[in-house]
This record gives sequence, structure tokens and C-alpha cells, in this order.
Amino acid sequence: MKEILKDLNKAFENKVRLGIMSALVVNDYLDFNTLKELLDVTDGNLASHLKSLEKSKYISFKKEFLDRKPNTKYAATDEGKDAFVKHIKAIEQLLK
Amino acid sequence: MDQQKYIDDLKEIKSIMSRSSRLISLSGLAGVFAGIFALAGAYLAYTTVYTDQNYLGYRVAVLNNETIISLLSIAIGTLILSIGAGVFFTTRRAKKTNEKLWDHQTKRLLVNLFIPLVTGGIMSLILLMKGYIGIVAPLTLIFYGLALVNASKYTLDEIRSLGLLEIALGLFATYFIGYGLIFWSIGFGILHIVYGLVMHRKYES
Repeated sequence: MKEILKDLNKAFENKVRLGIMSALVVNDYLDFNTLKELLDVTDGNLASHLKSLEKSKYISFKKEFLDRKPNTKYAATDEGKDAFVKHIKAIEQLLK
Repeated sequence: MDQQKYIDDLKEIKSIMSRSSRLISLSGLAGVFAGIFALAGAYLAYTTVYTDQNYLGYRVAVLNNETIISLLSIAIGTLILSIGAGVFFTTRRAKKTNEKLWDHQTKRLLVNLFIPLVTGGIMSLILLMKGYIGIVAPLTLIFYGLALVNASKYTLDEIRSLGLLEIALGLFATYFIGYGLIFWSIGFGILHIVYGLVMHRKYES
């Protein structure tokens, strides 16, 4: 039991962060607005969770300009994908 | 423990994954209508090609420039009506399920669908111009199947097996050349109707 709990990742306990990672592992990249609509959260809420995932090096971002408007694209890093898979496996173990 | 929370988490993960990477409002009804249009088109094509028959002898397919032009117009008409039905029913369904259309998923779906489809279309036109008429019906089936398989990653899973069936049918049609219209009716007509009904029952009721 303890082994399993160790794999449960604190970073993904929050619903929004879990949602961000779910979307990013199946897409090469997504921009801020797409994530916002997908998860139905406010700008501030999403930004703070993105920042925390960034700090854990689970996601990376790239700033671009689209029609002279800033557009930030987010992608999951390999580290983030690994951590996410581990987290899901741990959940599945718990539910067995 | 808080098992329910984890079950909910997994559900949420699944839903976000499919909503963010697939077009899930693809409507089965669109398939049914595309199938009906295809059968109507095949019937029109049949009456165009096999006119003035002496029913006691062998049937002769009449193919000259005039009939080829009417066949092409039938094909293009069928295509436009089918695409129209696809857009109409899928938009209607997306409104119901509150899914946004014309975002990057739809774009990716269409790009991946159209690469093999346009290739096949151009190739069929070239072969048609060079007089290889018999091969066109099997080729359209094969390229349509390849297009569906290619696009299936971005929409409902059923599209992949539909694509594989179209490819198989196209290969049969290449072997049994001369029965193109029959295979064509099965592939574009009957398979669309069957898959459309199955998908409609599975996802929309």
C-alpha cells in the first residue's frame, strides 16, 4: 500500500492540473485559450496551475505571436508524461 | 477510502483526452444520408451506362465522352450532397453536445482525411482522361478507405474499421473488374448506411 501511495503524485491531486496533463499527453501542444475552454476555468486559475506544473518541469511552453497577439503554446515534457503515467498506474492499482 | 474520487478522476481524464484530441460529434445520420445519396447516384450511373439494352443478349456498357461527362456530374453531385449532409448533421450534433467545431481537432481531422482523398481523386481523373475507366471505381474505394484509416485517429474508433472494409472492397473490385458499380454501391452506399445506423444508435440515443 505504501509503495502505491508513493507513486501518487501530489502535483496531480488538483483537478485542474490533472486536466491540463490529460489534455497535453494526447496532444502535441495546446494553447492557453484551448486549455481554458476545455477545462472551463478562469484565466487566473489556469495560469497559476500552469505555472506550478512548469515549476515541476512537467510542462514546457513557447511564446509566439499570432496576428500580433501573444499566443502561448504548452506541451508536456517527457518527465511530465512519465510522471503522469505513473500517477494513473498508481490510481489503477488502488482501485484493484 | 476515497475510491470514488479516484474513479471520478479517471473518468475525467478519459473525457478530457477524447474531447481534446478527437471530433466526437461526428453524426451517424450523416453516414446514413451519404449512403442513400450514393445508392441513388449509383442507380443514376447504372441507367446512364446501360441504356438501350437488348435484354436477350449480353449487356454492353456504353461508355463514350458523353456518358463519362454525365457520370462525372453524378459523382460530383453525390459528393457535394454527402459532404453537405456530413456538415449539417455534425454541426447539429455539436450544438447539442456543446462541442466546438472548426477548432484544431477538426482541422487535423480534415487535413488527414484529405491527403489520401485528394491524391486518389486526382489519380482517378488522370486515369479517366487516359481511358482507364474500369480501374476508377476500385481506386476510389481504396483511397477513400486509406483516407478514413488515416483520419480515424482524430475521431470515433468505428471510422478505422469502416476504412479497412472499404480498402478490402476496393481490392476485390480491382480483381473483379467490370463489377465496379456493384462494389461501389456496397462501399459507398450500404456500408455507410450500416455504419451510420450503428454509430447513431451507439452514440446518439
